Amino acid sequence: MSEALIEARAVTKVLGGIVPVTLVQDIDLIIMPREFIAITGPSGSGKSSLLYLLGLLDIPTSGEVLIDGISTSRMTEDARAEVRLTRLGFVFQFHFLLPEFSITENVALPMRALGKLPPRAIIARAEELLESFGLGDHRHKTPDQLSGGQRQRVAVARALANDPPVILADEPTGSLDSVSTAQVFGILRDLVALRGKTVVAVTHDLDLAAQMHRRIHVVDGRLANDHAVTAPA
Amino acid sequence: MNLILTIAWTHVRHRARQTLVAIAGVMTGVGFSIMMAAMMEGSQEDFIRTLVDALPHISITDELREPTRQPADIVYTAAEFHGLTPDIRRPGIKNPMATIASLQTWVPGALTPSVQSKAVLRFAGRNLTTSIIGIDPRTEAEVSNLATHMKQGTLNSLYRASNAILLGDRLANKIGARVNSNITLASAEGASMNATVVGIFHTGFRMTDETTGYVLLKTAQILERQTGIVNEIRVRTRDPMAARLISERIGEQTGYKSISWQEAQEDLLSAITLRNVLMYTIVGAILLVASFGTYNIISTITHEKTRDIAILKSLGFRDHTIRAIFIVEALAVGLAGAVLGWIFGYLLTRGLASLEFKTPFSDYNHLPVLYSVNHYLLATGVALLSSMVAGYFPARAAARLHPVDIIRGAT
Repeated sequence: MSEALIEARAVTKVLGGIVPVTLVQDIDLIIMPREFIAITGPSGSGKSSLLYLLGLLDIPTSGEVLIDGISTSRMTEDARAEVRLTRLGFVFQFHFLLPEFSITENVALPMRALGKLPPRAIIARAEELLESFGLGDHRHKTPDQLSGGQRQRVAVARALANDPPVILADEPTGSLDSVSTAQVFGILRDLVALRGKTVVAVTHDLDLAAQMHRRIHVVDGRLANDHAVTAPA
Repeated sequence: MNLILTIAWTHVRHRARQTLVAIAGVMTGVGFSIMMAAMMEGSQEDFIRTLVDALPHISITDELREPTRQPADIVYTAAEFHGLTPDIRRPGIKNPMATIASLQTWVPGALTPSVQSKAVLRFAGRNLTTSIIGIDPRTEAEVSNLATHMKQGTLNSLYRASNAILLGDRLANKIGARVNSNITLASAEGASMNATVVGIFHTGFRMTDETTGYVLLKTAQILERQTGIVNEIRVRTRDPMAARLISERIGEQTGYKSISWQEAQEDLLSAITLRNVLMYTIVGAILLVASFGTYNIISTITHEKTRDIAILKSLGFRDHTIRAIFIVEALAVGLAGAVLGWIFGYLLTRGLASLEFKTPFSDYNHLPVLYSVNHYLLATGVALLSSMVAGYFPARAAARLHPVDIIRGAT
């Protein structure tokens, strides 16, 4: 059995305040390579919060998250940023592209932040990624010149920029029409099937969840169900 | 281009209007600071130069540093005197030529003897009290600028007549005298003589031009009724700033009162120091106000870019990178403002220098300004520092943003 990419051990997240709110409670989870996972649950159940904890965007109140078998609980903010930059890619419901930059520049940003490739190689890889998602002709455009589906494809390309093994997607098709939803979902599925990535996506869409390999159902911040839907490719 | 510079440049470029306003704020601050510094230091330097040019750098007079002691005072440790009439001491510096010769061996500069006297000048029924200064035209030119201030005649014209006199132009105008006019001089010592006006000078100092006349040493000695008297030795040092030290040494050597121009004008010089403190306070305040513009723009950009900051942080950008982006933006605004401020400040200074002013004390009619690279560097340094401080706080706030809070709010 290969090593777990992400492991959550008794992860709990409580928001402080006059009345503390428990977002995620005591969740244990192991995410392996090449998995295509759906996190489902009713609104406010803690799906996105769980995703943010797995993606090191948030710090658990108790428990710990391990990335590649290494505990992240005692990591500095810079070390957590380094893990996000190299091991994880994020796609959000809203594309979250920088509006003043061209889409090529947007895709190049994580590579430039990592600084391992020369500038020409960065641009070449960014254009290659855009080309592979059918956006080659739009590479000089800014996000506001693209449709919602196209923007979301750019966001996926950006998430793949540093070739991370895991893509975490928060409602990636939540604001798209059916055609775009199908396109973006197809891309995510191909990431697993063709590029060997692990994709963890929060979704409300049970039809899409049914097409994924594994479904994690969260209710009131707790793990209600975790089962395989289809065998991994 | 470096990633930080790329993002910073994109931010300021896309907020052109706000960025230009902030740059204009810094530019105005830097420009006015440069102008203020040029004006204040220019007038100060002009004032000091005029002072140094107009006065002897060191003046050795026949006054003694210590009062003369009575013989009994020297013999006994305690002595009391009643009804004693002090000896009448012959005024003037003893052996002036020997003293000058001795000082010339080490004093770096030129020395000239002179006689200071007071006399009533009579011409065409008018009586005016004037300062009569006896000079040696051969050495006077090395010590003062009188030769360059001559409007009519020269210093050597004093040799043209037996009792020749050079008059200040205002004095000459007041009494209606011209070159070749014969005037009468009557001293306090009771001496009276006829003199011929052989030249007119104009120093630009009203007091001097209105009340002073120059004669030969010999003529002044006759007025003082003291043959061979010299009651002042004037010194012009090569380095005017060294006058104070040289003056102290002269005083120790000769025992006479030796006053440097700095000592003579101590009150004015300390007023200049105070003025400098005021100037730098005002310049600092101007730049501080300008830095609020920078703070405003960086703060606005940070506020507007909250979502982008969250995105960058979620992508893996580190806190110091985020901080650096906004500090670079502030520095870019500061630098652009400073560079434009140099041009603005230079033009303001030129404009100020072209204005004409007239003061009651002198007739210099252009405002003196000083062009100094130091003013530009200082203003730039303060502008960059205040821009950096103005950018730091919004930048720090940006780096501290928690991406999840923003992403949750946006979704």
